[in-house]
Amino acid sequence: MALIIYLLAFVGGFVIMSLELLGGRVLAPYFGSSIYVWGSIITIFMLSLSLGYLFGGKLSLHRPSLQRFGVIFIVAAVLLYPLVYFAEPVMLLVFERIEDPRYGSLVASGILFILPTIILGMISPYSVRLLVESTHQSGQIAGRLYFFSTLGSALGTLATSFYFVLWFEINTILTLLTATLVLMGIVASIAHKIRPHGESH
Amino acid sequence: MSSTSCRRLPAALLIMTMVIVLSGTTQARIIHKERSLYSTILLDKQGSTICLQFSVRQDQRNQSCKDLKNPKKLVFGYARMMLTGLLLQPDPKSILIVGLGGGTLPTTLNEIYPEARIDVIEIDPAVVTVAETYFDFRSNDQIRTFVQDGRVFTKRAAMRGEEYDLIMLDAFNGDYIPEHLMTAEYLDETKAILTDDGVVVANTFAISRLYDHESATYQAVFGDFFNVTSRESANRIIITTGRPLPSIAQLEEVASTLAPRLRAYDVRIQDFRRQFSTEVDWDTNARPLTDQYAPANLLREE
Repeated sequence: MALIIYLLAFVGGFVIMSLELLGGRVLAPYFGSSIYVWGSIITIFMLSLSLGYLFGGKLSLHRPSLQRFGVIFIVAAVLLYPLVYFAEPVMLLVFERIEDPRYGSLVASGILFILPTIILGMISPYSVRLLVESTHQSGQIAGRLYFFSTLGSALGTLATSFYFVLWFEINTILTLLTATLVLMGIVASIAHKIRPHGESH
Repeated sequence: MSSTSCRRLPAALLIMTMVIVLSGTTQARIIHKERSLYSTILLDKQGSTICLQFSVRQDQRNQSCKDLKNPKKLVFGYARMMLTGLLLQPDPKSILIVGLGGGTLPTTLNEIYPEARIDVIEIDPAVVTVAETYFDFRSNDQIRTFVQDGRVFTKRAAMRGEEYDLIMLDAFNGDYIPEHLMTAEYLDETKAILTDDGVVVANTFAISRLYDHESATYQAVFGDFFNVTSRESANRIIITTGRPLPSIAQLEEVASTLAPRLRAYDVRIQDFRRQFSTEVDWDTNARPLTDQYAPANLLREE
């Protein structure tokens, strides 16, 4: 069961960085590829993740279960997928209202990426709660979790920038990321049903 | 330069020998080197010629040169090739240049067409400073310089309803290609700020798979175009319009009137037929680049 949670954390990390890299490609047609466009994206992702950690920790106080863990993935997918349809009109709206591309890119990446990234940020602290059984092993488990989720981030970055953009359109990659999150949500839910009481203490 | 030569002495010696044998001039001397936000800017001086380049790579193809003894002469081949775009628009009143380089294009066009309004877009403030310091580039009443991303400028220009008779795209310097400036959507936006008889002149890639994809992209947006290549340059210039292309006979007529004005710049425009082609010499199955699919840097390496 622990392996499944590590797998889910890995996928969470993968999706976060894949999405962040795609963010640069999504914004470039409206805000360019100046250094501050990347600055905006990284700011928004860091901010969202920090909030996600807080909220994920908070959520883990109330009857933590794999089932609920799976719901985090489904919600992230639901918030991520609209990018395929609404990124263009949102950016156009911001572009028309904000002349300075620094603040334009900051506001646009905020609108587009804050919500899905906050939810994705909840994965890490929630996984800690599901895995930790005693305080004495908590550090080791947190370390392993960071290992898997950050390894996922590294591979998500590599796969997206080296291969995905060469093989697929941006919207196809976003759809694949969404599908992966949904699949992980289902995996968590099935795991919960197989061992319904396995993770609650 | 000297420390690099020490570490890679055999290669450096070979290159030096080649340079000396091929050009008969002295070794190039780096007189300015700067790491800016967007690239490495190198200035080298060879005899009386000063060149700007954006990469430390030896196969660097894109640069801007100036002969200090004869400042009007366009030393570098691709700048001369880009001016052949004037054949399709010999009397531009408004000109947009995306990518400043050493500023040779705006300076030359300002001299040839002192009445024309010229807007220059350059993303890197350090390039503007270098052009002003070493290439005597100056903004003036006619030349406006905007430190901005070309795509953002183009979108805003379209919103303001601005139009240009001549648009020169020269933004691909150095090792990194700005991928959002190679897509069909960007070319559509460029087309939207073109006057009815406006012309687009783009400095692009002559090698690698990118040649096919880029050709397919221009074909998709503009239809037919003139492909301008030359043995003396690794660049390929695309010249096109929003309308059907003129005939070679029409261009020859224009060439004879333009020739005297361009002679001082070493542009032998009456010889354009040797360089112009409308032959489809690319893989027509290549996928056009779009905002959704724009791996230009990866395609260049393949």
